[in-house]
Amino acid sequence: MIFAQRFARFVEGSLRLVLQGNGLYWAWIAFLLALIGSGVAAYAAQVGAGLALTSMRDPVSWGFYIGNFTFLVGVAAAAVVLVIPAYVYDWKPIREIVIIGELLAVSAIVMCMLFVMVDIGQPLRFWHLIPPWGHLNLPSSILAWDSVVLNAYLVVNFVVVTHILYRAFCRRHYEKRLVVPLVLLSIPMAVGIHTVTAFLYNGLAARPYWNSSILAPQFLASAFCSGPAILLVVLQLLRRFTRFEIQDQAIWKIAELMAYAMFLNLFLHGVEAFKEYYSDTEHLLYTQYWFQGLGEHRTLVPYAWTAVALNLAAFFLFILPAARRNPLTLNLGCLATYSGCYIEKGMGLIIPGFTPDTLGEIYRYAPSITELRVAAGVFAVGFLVFTLMLRVAVPISLGEFQDEEGSLVTGTAPAIA
Amino acid sequence: MKHLPVMNQAADPGESACSRRQFASIAAAAAAGFLLTACGPRRLREMPKARLRQALDEMEREYAAKRGMAVQVADTPPMPDVLFGYALDLSRCIGCRRCVYACVEENNLSRDPQLHWIRVLQMEKEKGVDFRHADPYYAPAEVPEEGHFYVPVACQQCRNAPCVKTCPTGATWMEPDGIVVIDYDWCIGCRCCMAACPYGARHFNWAEPRIPAGELNPATHYLGNRPRPNGVVEKCTFCIQRVRKGRYPACVEVCPVGARKFGNLLDKDSEIRYIIENKRVLVLKQELNTLPKFFYFYAT
Repeated sequence: MIFAQRFARFVEGSLRLVLQGNGLYWAWIAFLLALIGSGVAAYAAQVGAGLALTSMRDPVSWGFYIGNFTFLVGVAAAAVVLVIPAYVYDWKPIREIVIIGELLAVSAIVMCMLFVMVDIGQPLRFWHLIPPWGHLNLPSSILAWDSVVLNAYLVVNFVVVTHILYRAFCRRHYEKRLVVPLVLLSIPMAVGIHTVTAFLYNGLAARPYWNSSILAPQFLASAFCSGPAILLVVLQLLRRFTRFEIQDQAIWKIAELMAYAMFLNLFLHGVEAFKEYYSDTEHLLYTQYWFQGLGEHRTLVPYAWTAVALNLAAFFLFILPAARRNPLTLNLGCLATYSGCYIEKGMGLIIPGFTPDTLGEIYRYAPSITELRVAAGVFAVGFLVFTLMLRVAVPISLGEFQDEEGSLVTGTAPAIA
Repeated sequence: MKHLPVMNQAADPGESACSRRQFASIAAAAAAGFLLTACGPRRLREMPKARLRQALDEMEREYAAKRGMAVQVADTPPMPDVLFGYALDLSRCIGCRRCVYACVEENNLSRDPQLHWIRVLQMEKEKGVDFRHADPYYAPAEVPEEGHFYVPVACQQCRNAPCVKTCPTGATWMEPDGIVVIDYDWCIGCRCCMAACPYGARHFNWAEPRIPAGELNPATHYLGNRPRPNGVVEKCTFCIQRVRKGRYPACVEVCPVGARKFGNLLDKDSEIRYIIENKRVLVLKQELNTLPKFFYFYAT
């Protein structure tokens, strides 16, 4: 009974927090809602007419949606990588922001699932993937595995985050026996979701561009660049707009880790390019399509070199201590990392994998307006979820949003993570 | 010989208006279908025989109401001791695409948007079987063209099929007679199988498939040429509706030069066994270990 009352107060208080804000907050929410509205309208048209409204066709049967899905799995995985220094080395400055990373992971997984939903041809049959009603083709189907690990990862992060926050709301310390094992579990799971997602492509012998054992490590390397890039921006915004304190040390440390990840990412790409170009087999075709184009088909070439340039720029900005400590160059580095990895893992991974197709046809794919609108809508849903969760989580962390009638009042604001 | 175009002009939509009576029968069918599927196994693959027949009767009623004509959905089972195999004589094929269109008509493929299960590739004799130099859109005045040969490609009915392996819901599988089939009512349209197929054999319904009135082939099989919905994958089934009744696939029958051979791989005296044992035979992309049951050979 006490629990029910307290939970009701928690829900009510959360709603109040979410519904109050300044003009900037409401402008942001309105912007997201507008994008969602446009996305829903575009998706409704797509459901009515079929995926013909996208630019995907038989030769390029996955496109923008699945590219975004892949990228966001990386973001979800990388958000939790912050947990490693925080818990393994017990490094205080990062430990305090772990919860933000976990909220980002939850939002990213929500977006991943939406991207899969908008991509499938029969969305009403999604329950076919859910046993016992459906049938999950385990162990052989990698997509079946992926749906298992992504859901498990979502549950683990959601449980950890809500438990910590709710306990803080109740002015109690979180349950160590629950949180520590789950947090430790989320580290291998973070690596796991991205590895399984890489295997989705990696295991297809029909597509030589993906059928390379370097794919999973390279996925992880690029994810450990792009995930923290978003987090760094979010942390600075939080620091600016709330009383949330984030030490410079934490931000600099993350930027430094990103430099190493970016080095690894560039190195692995270089290794792959060497193997393809030096051995010069018929499998070179796909890499050539990405970096050089094939004959008059050069649609992706500018994207390829833009991604390389952005990734190189990000590496140098983060490896130089002076540059990563300067707010301007730090944020430029984040932007470069985010866009570089986004290009390379969206269009750069999916499209050359399909071009030329298995029978040698070159189909020039570029996302349609429907795809762009639906994708923007999905991103807006993710950002909305993230914003609303932060809206509640930050005041709780700051000790501003707590249960008045709670027992067990401690002297100081309870630790968050 | 004159060849057929790679794609036709868009056909007229063949939808007929839905009367009240038709609507009532569709509604009744939907209700019965819901009850039927609400309990017990839902995949056609694991349905007991009696239940399966009931489900197919529902399909027949649904198609009849929608198309305004009688449609049979057969459940002809695989024959014992039969493993189907196909062989195509590359030295004979002239690239006329008769097989492509016979397949479209026999298997109720969408006319608009146009969908083909067979793709004929024109290749250069100098380069041999090389997909990098294949042209599916060849359109000379007459075929065959000097210096070229033709490789028709459809589902290779792999024994080690990558598509079956990747399907997350188990909506595609290999039947005991070796035909890889799809449950169109269970496929979620994720297209993993299309990414996995090394032969471009799987095709997706990007829009509602359309077949003009009167052009629907009413003799269908539940795992083959019955009408498909939007948003699912389909492919060649060796004309399962014909071959399980002892007939040849439509492409074999129509081929004007006799380049296409079909038979039972387990029958020592069959033509297909003779070809495999005595001719120069190849399979496409052998290095991928997909173990196709579709063979290419040179008879001369």
